[in-house]
Order: sequence, then structure tokens, then C-alpha cells
Amino acid sequence: MLRLEPFAFAKPQTTDEALALLARHGAKAKLIAGGTDLLPNLKHGLYEPEVVIALSDLAELRGVAVNGAGELEIGAMTTLEEVERAALVRARAPGLAQAAAAVAGPTQRTMGTLGGNVCLDTRCVWINQSHFWRQSLGFCLKKDGTVCHVVKGGKSCVAAASNDTATLLVALRARLTIRSAAATREVAIADFYKADGAMNLRLAPDELLTRITVPAPAPQGTWSGYAKLRPRASIDFPRLSVGVAWTTQQDGTFADATVVVSAIAATPRVIAGIGELLRGRRPDDLAALLAAGEKARSVVTPLTNIDGDPQWRRAMVPVFVKRSFLAGARGGA
Amino acid sequence: MSAGKLPADRADPLQHARSPNRTFGPQPPGAQFEVVGKRSRKVDAAGKATGEARYTDDLALPGMLHGKTLRSPHPHARIKRIDTAKAEALPGVLGVVTGAEMPVRFGVIPWTQDETALAVDKVRFIGDPVAAVAAVDEETAQAALRLIEVDYELLTPLFDPAEALARKDVVIHEGNKHGNVTKEVLLEFGDPDGALARSDFVVEDDYEFHGTAHAPIETHVALARYGSDGVLTLWSATQIPHYVHRELARVLDLPAPQIRVIQPHLGGAFGGKSDPFSLEFCAAKLAIKTRRPVKFLYTREEEFYAHRGRHPMQMRFKTGMTKDGRLTAVDSKILIDGGAYSSFGLVTTYYSGQLLTGPHDLPNYRFHSTRVFTNKPPCGPKRGHGSVQPRFALEVQLDRLAEKAGLDPIEVRRRNFQGAYTTTVNGQRVTSNGFDQCLAQVEAASGWKARRGKLGRGKGLGCAGSMYISGTNYCVYPNDMPQAGIQIKVDRSGLVTVFSGASDIGQGSNTVVATIVAEELGLRLEDVRVVAADSDLCPVDLGAYSSRITFMVGNAAIHAARKLRKLVQQAVAEEWGVAPERVALAGGFAFDLEERARVVSSAKAFHLAEAKFETLGATGSYNTPNLGGDYRGGTIGASPAYSFTACVAEVDVDLETGEVRVPHVWTSHDCGRALNPVLVEGQIEGSAYMGFGEVFLESHAVNQYGLTTRPNLLDYTIPTALDCPEFHASIVESLDPEGPYGAKEAGEGPLHPTIPAIANAIHDACGIWLTKLPFTPAKVLAALQAKAKADAASGGTRGGASGGASGGALGGDQGGKR
Repeated sequence: MLRLEPFAFAKPQTTDEALALLARHGAKAKLIAGGTDLLPNLKHGLYEPEVVIALSDLAELRGVAVNGAGELEIGAMTTLEEVERAALVRARAPGLAQAAAAVAGPTQRTMGTLGGNVCLDTRCVWINQSHFWRQSLGFCLKKDGTVCHVVKGGKSCVAAASNDTATLLVALRARLTIRSAAATREVAIADFYKADGAMNLRLAPDELLTRITVPAPAPQGTWSGYAKLRPRASIDFPRLSVGVAWTTQQDGTFADATVVVSAIAATPRVIAGIGELLRGRRPDDLAALLAAGEKARSVVTPLTNIDGDPQWRRAMVPVFVKRSFLAGARGGA
Repeated sequence: MSAGKLPADRADPLQHARSPNRTFGPQPPGAQFEVVGKRSRKVDAAGKATGEARYTDDLALPGMLHGKTLRSPHPHARIKRIDTAKAEALPGVLGVVTGAEMPVRFGVIPWTQDETALAVDKVRFIGDPVAAVAAVDEETAQAALRLIEVDYELLTPLFDPAEALARKDVVIHEGNKHGNVTKEVLLEFGDPDGALARSDFVVEDDYEFHGTAHAPIETHVALARYGSDGVLTLWSATQIPHYVHRELARVLDLPAPQIRVIQPHLGGAFGGKSDPFSLEFCAAKLAIKTRRPVKFLYTREEEFYAHRGRHPMQMRFKTGMTKDGRLTAVDSKILIDGGAYSSFGLVTTYYSGQLLTGPHDLPNYRFHSTRVFTNKPPCGPKRGHGSVQPRFALEVQLDRLAEKAGLDPIEVRRRNFQGAYTTTVNGQRVTSNGFDQCLAQVEAASGWKARRGKLGRGKGLGCAGSMYISGTNYCVYPNDMPQAGIQIKVDRSGLVTVFSGASDIGQGSNTVVATIVAEELGLRLEDVRVVAADSDLCPVDLGAYSSRITFMVGNAAIHAARKLRKLVQQAVAEEWGVAPERVALAGGFAFDLEERARVVSSAKAFHLAEAKFETLGATGSYNTPNLGGDYRGGTIGASPAYSFTACVAEVDVDLETGEVRVPHVWTSHDCGRALNPVLVEGQIEGSAYMGFGEVFLESHAVNQYGLTTRPNLLDYTIPTALDCPEFHASIVESLDPEGPYGAKEAGEGPLHPTIPAIANAIHDACGIWLTKLPFTPAKVLAALQAKAKADAASGGTRGGASGGASGGALGGDQGGKR
């Protein structure tokens, strides 16, 4: 099998200890939160850390709670399976439970964590391959090279955000708590990502994502739903990822709505103008939902960075926007 | 049953089979079957389920080294220089080997040996092995690979088979007489042109089969030890230990008696382990060089480079039919993308035509198949070798013709049923044939008559049929010796050990052998142990390919066991003073059929026989009769018996996305006699599963740079349990006169009709004819949209007759004339 290159391994027992290790090793360290993505990437030679810091013993980063403001607080080390099954999540942010349930397959979700998924590296058919494969092709912008195999002559990496939960968390306007040995900061998740496939996280080498806060004022207060295009009903990364969140007025019509489309480029994309478009329409008005989807299609451009015909993936945007709303209205994970 | 009757006007097909051959007919050895036909557990099931079973990678020897292979990063290049000095100097590295040390060309087919263990002067695809290293651990071996310097002179790569055929300036195998053509076969039977001209309906279309891989769970792995006695032992995950043995002797220039090849438990093969592979030679060579055991375990990516997957084929098919639904002729032209080496390609090229002449009566036939080299991983045999691709084309054309004739597709196949005991247009002897019953079973099980056309929008049913060989009388290296052998040893404890050359690759051949011997000797299954696929211990068997083992090894097992059965019956009869016919052997006992109280254990019966005769043992063998048409290539595809399959698939097309769900696949297979129905059903379901995956999800693509696009199991998507249809397997037992107790093959045939049945069901569901595999949702949606556009242009829907004209779909015939 593919072998891991040697690295030092640390297993801090407290978050402070982990932060101290990060402060010391910085960019030479890699965090392992669940490992379902890190380990294949390490085997492919995408990272060459001197030390791997395991977060598995940090019980304080695990669990789902509601804070005084009625927001969901989810520890970054909460597994995706726990997120998928948590009654609090299912009641207040059912779309997040759907998105968590859509990640990989059941076995990966018992190891993979919400924080790990939020920080998931971007993916591209030209990068998530072995060192031999990439070398045969000629290394690319994302690592070790200067060319882009997706966009001829491209100067910036277009590897795609492929994290299911991030799509939905952006739609829900989640906030991330990020700590370093020196400071703690909170950032809106939409601002956490930047349009650079080579490294799409605004996260300093000494920083650690510790908590995800989801505004979810009350059960049924905010609606949310998730739909994922993938070849198989399990395992696969998204070929298209759509998350929606909305609130309703007294009469059941839309008050506001957000559509986020991902697995296209380096960041989940918030589609502008959806709130205005849908306000006053009913969530079961399929024509309205498709109109929102058409708006999304008009602004996204799938590339060959992800397997699957790009034109077809683009054609699927309205369908999956519609299906996200329907999934949200239906509820359940 | 109709399939078992011999028409009076036909010669007894066994007349010519009996003399050179040993066949025993479909009857049980005693009054009734005691073990055969029971739903017994596989003999190795518990060991595999609990993890006790030892696969090759589970084996470790003291002092064992780990091998790694350096591979070509270029699709086509000349090797100017290899310098291994730095790698050899790395601490922990004990041996390095390059192609120069093993220049002998090998290959299973003696006439097309074009591979070397490591590239000698050229590399022909990305992933072609160039050098190998043995080191104290895998990490060190990996590090050593990076220290090997190779200078390449890059050559123009050819990826497109049509270009490879046309280009004379770029030759992938210098010295090949026909440029980049590896094999060309043109055979004509009857008068296809005249018959097509006289046909009421003719369809002519282009079909494409993409490449697919085997994706066995266990990758290639080999462990070699060179002992102080000068014996080289190779444990390998192979399905052809005998050929590996022969080729090791040639390539390593070692006397064959000094080589022992053992095939441990195997984690799936599906045809992908039917060639000798680089790692087997490299492990052996490095074991000899270092005097330490050496193990190679391929990564998943390397497994995709070793490949030998199903050949991509571009197929032009022209088929004719009369108004009353009788098939008149088929004319096909097929371009086969072989990849970088020959492998079994000679056979593939023949099979792409020779195996289409049943179960439908085909009176006139021409096929013209050409296999070319390209700079891609080599293709080879995969479950349903050579015939899965053209079967797709033919069965879709049958449905297109049925539609033109206004006939039900199952009815058309019924009208064309060739029947049992006949000879095909290309000279193949067909014995038992239960295809008509297979059709009836899937027709009934799927509710075809009641449900077809009434399932609602986007839903449909489709059917297809097929035939396949139960082994072939074409032995890959010419010789007059048996194709299969069995040796039996009897212990005084009552245990019987059977030494079988056959490779159990998960299909259950050890269980089949144990079942037969237990049946013959009146034992329980657990009283028989099978030792298999060890060249020191077992008689030669040619390997697990061409669906030959149950038929050939099964007959050899009956042959051996029946000799012992007679001795035991005779000894017991003499002891009791009765006629041998009165001695029954069953359930671990010998008893008197007339005085049931008179009974002894099998062990006691064996004692009597050993005392009366000698140490008990027996050998048995099987060879095929002379079969096949009297023309060059006429023996390729000639089998002592053919299996037949009918399939109905139900689809549910998502008209919004083009995604196709397949809720049900009903497969009925004529396997002659089901020696163990559970094993047969498993093969039917596994075959249908594999075919289903090839329709929608699996694609072994190579990109514009020559790189395998999806060399891992995340990107090479095999169906998960959630994606699968409900598979309904049913068995037809036509009782073949020559098969062991009437058995025929079950491992490969049932795959064939799955693919066209799904294609035909999609047409039934939404009126599009898909002709280019795989049926990705993008293609399906494009075809749906093209059809909608065509329908709109013609002022209304046309039902199923007019398809769209893009994305691998056919234009409607009316559309073309408009």
C-alpha cells in the first residue's frame, strides 16, 4: 500500500497544550482531527509535516450545546456522526444534520469531525493523486508546480471547496471560534474562506478552530436544507453542493433566503439576490425555487477541477437548489 | 424439459466426445444426489469470515525484504540509461534489478509474447515497470526508487486506437509485422450481405464500450523465497499458477522442477490475475539475488497500471430481421483498444466475434475485429472476456429491430431461439440449451407482460440474452495432455484429501471439488479437504479463466473419485458377500441397500478397501473433445458446453438529472446443473452487479497525457450497497450431457445481458437509444433533451421510436430521413 512518510507525532491532552505545540511548530505541523482526509493526502505527498498533532484527546472540543443566545455551539472535534444524530442539531439546524450525513460514508463519519470538514483542503482531479501520478503529469500550482491543468495559463489555483458542511454553515451564517496561544478570535465562516485553491483558509499556522457557532434561535426558527450531487449514494465528495437557509413570514411565505453553492471553486459561493427574489413566495412554489436556482446557475461556472461533465454540473445547479429547499422543508437528516 | 431432449435428426453429440474423453452423464453415482444440489456453505467460508484465511499478504518469512517497482512516468519513451548505483548504496537496500537482467519476453499466449518483467529498452505506458528494489522495509525501498536515475528519449504517444491504426510512423512494438495492429480477424459465415439486402428491417449503428477495470479487493501481491536447496518458492495472488510456473522458468532461466508456485487464498481476480505480472518475476529475481525472501504488494494505483481490464471497443453493427422477427444476418466491424501489450488480446479479438452465435439462431454472419496497441495500460480478460462488449451492441440492435417489426422483445428472442443440440453458423457445437426457459423465468418474475409499458413516466423494462463458454478446447499452449487433473488421497481416519490444480479465486472451485468427491465417495462435505493450486502438490490445471473449472476440474474429480468409489464398493461387497451394486455410499457410511441394518462407517469401508487392494489413491483428468469449425480460429470459442442467460432490468430515469436508478435486475441462468445453488446464485448476482457497475459508474479512462484518470477506489466508483438494484437470480438446469452431473459454467455468462437489458429498459422508459457506454447522467440528459427537441420539431411525441442525436445516443431513424 502507499506508505506514510515519517513524521513526529504529538497527542496533546489539553487545548492549551495543542496551541503551545502549534505555536512552536507552526507551518511544519499538521493537525489530525479525524484523519479521513489527512491520511490519504499525506500518503499522496500533498503535505510534508514534521509533526502531526492529534486532537483526538481534546474532550473539551467535543459536543453540542445551546448557548445563552439560543445558538448552537458545536465543538470542532464533534464527529460528523454525532452532528448528524444530535437532537439539538436536527431540531434547530436540520440542514446541517443533512449535510453532515452526506459526508463520505458511515465509517468515515465516525472518525471525521465537523471542524475537520470545515477545514477540509480543496480538491481537484489533478491534485488528489499520488506523488508518482502528479510527477508524471508535471506538478501544478497547488503544490510543487507552476502550472494549472484545469485553466490553461491559469495563475491561481482553482481547486474546489468540497466540504459538505461548510456549504450549509455559510448559508446559516455560522461563526468560527479560532484560537492561538496568544489570542482567541471569532470570524464569520464566509470570511474564513478565500478564493485561492492552494490554501483557501484564512487560518494562521499557529491557529486552531475550536468551535462552530450556528445562529439557530429556536427550533423551526430558521429552515435549512442540503442537497448533494455525487455519482454514488455514499462515499463520494460532492460534484455539486447546495445549502439553503430561510426564514418565513406569518403566512408561511419566504421572509429571507440564502442559497450557497459549492464544489465549484475554492470557496462556497453565496448567491446574491435570492432573498429579494423569493420574499413573499411560498417554499413549495417550485417555479420560485427553480427561479432561485436559475439565478445561481447564471453566476457559477463549473470547471474540470472536479470529475463529471462541467456543463451538466452547471445544468444541475437549479435542480439541486430546488432539491435543497425541498429537503429543508421535508426536514430530517 | 425441452432443453434436455435430443432431436432425432441430430447425431448424438457425445458420440465423438466419448472416445477421447471422460464424461459421466448427468446422473448421480448412487440412487440420488446426497451432496450435489444442496445449499452448502463454501468450504472456506468460515475461515474467510473470521479472518483465519491466509492471503498472500498475510504471509511473512524471517528476514523478508520488501520490494517496490519504479515505473515509467512517460507513455512512450526509449530508455537511454538507467543508473541504480545510488539506490544500491542506500543503507537498507539489498538488491536492485533492471530489465537487462530479465530480457526474456513472456506472455500467456505463446505467439504474442511481448512483455518483459521490467522494461528493456522502451516504456509503453505510464506505469510500465522499469526497475525494482528490495529493501528492509517499504519506506527504504520507496526512498531507493527515487535514487534510480533513468534517462528517457520521449517518443510520440498514441492514445486513440484509430490513430494507432492509421499511423505508420509511430510503432509501439518495433518488429511487429503489422504496425500497431496486434491481431486482425475477418471471418464470414453464410451470406451476410445477401441476407441483409433481403431483410425486411436493417439497423446499422455505432456502439462504444469504454474500458473498465476488475477492481478486486486484493491487489497483486507476490512473495518469493529462494531456499538453500536451490528451490524457488513463489506465493502469488494469481489465477494461473501453472502459466506463472512456466514463465518463471523461462524468464529466470531456472529448471522448472526447481520452482514451486503456490496460490494462497485470493481476494478476487475477475480475470485481472490471468497474466504473469512483473512483480512475480521481480520478487523471484530479487530473492535469488539477495538470498532473502522478498515480497511485493502493489498499491491500488499500481493495480490500475497492471490493469488487463475490459477492452474499450468501437463497434459498428449491422443487423437484419424479417417481418416476423427472424434474425437474418449480423455484420460487425470492431476496433479494439488493446493498450500497450498483447496479454490475451489474440483471444479477445476472436471472442469479440466468435461468441455471438447463440442463443439466437444466426444464419449469416461476418465479423471483422482489429485490436491495436496504444500507449495505455494493457487490456486483457475481464469476466465475460471479449464478448460483453459486442453482446451489448447485438442485443440493443435486436430490440431496435423488434420495435421496427412491432414485436415484443422477449417474443423476438423466443422466435430466434436456436434450440439444443445444434451447430452454430460458425461451427460451434451447442449441446444443452435452456435459454427458452431462462426467458420464460425472467418474463414471469419481472411481470413483463402485465407491467411493461404501464410503469409510468421515466420507468421501463428491458431484456437481453446471451451465451458463454464452459472452458474452451483451445489450450493456450498446444499439447495433448489433459486440461485438468485431480489426485485423491484417502486417510485411514476417513478423511479424504483432494489435490486440485484449480485456482479458487473466490468463485468456490474448492467447494465444487469437495462436493463432487463427497458425492462420489458417500462422504459429508467436511470429510473432504481440498489442497489446491500448489505446483509441488497438485496436478496441473490451466487456471481459473474461460469459466472452465467446474466443467473440466469437475469432470476430472468425478473421474478420480469414481475409481475409488468402485474399489470401496467392491471391497465392502466382498466383505458382506453381496453384489457391489447393493453397496451404497452416502452420508459417511457404506450400507447394504437391501439390508439397511448392515452398515459401516466410510472409514471402515476405506480400511476394507485398503486391506483388499493397496494404499488408496486415484487420479482423474479431463480433456475436451475436438471441437470447433474447420477454419483458422475455428477452435477459439469452441467450448464443450455453453451456458445461457436471460435478463430483464427495470429502470427509473430521473428526467430532471439524467440519473438512472435500477430498482430490479432479474437474471435467469442455464448452468446445466447447479452443483451448489448458493454458489450459482452468488455468481449470477455478482455478475449482474459487475455489469450494472460498468453501465453507469465504472470507467477506466486514460487522459490526454496518458495517465490513468481514476487510479484509486475513490475516483473509480464501484457501486455501493445503496446504489445496487435488487438482484433476483434464478437457475435453469438444462443438464448438459458432458458436464459434471450435467453442470456448465455460471461465473461469467450472467454478466453479459445485464448491460443491454439496462440499455433497452432505458429506451422503454423514455424513448432514447443509448449506444455509448458508460451511461453517465450527462449523456442521458443530453439524449433526453435532444429527443424533446426532435419531438417538438416533429410536432408531437413519437413514443419510443425517435431518439435524440447527441451524447452517445442514436438519432431516430425517421429523424435521419426528415
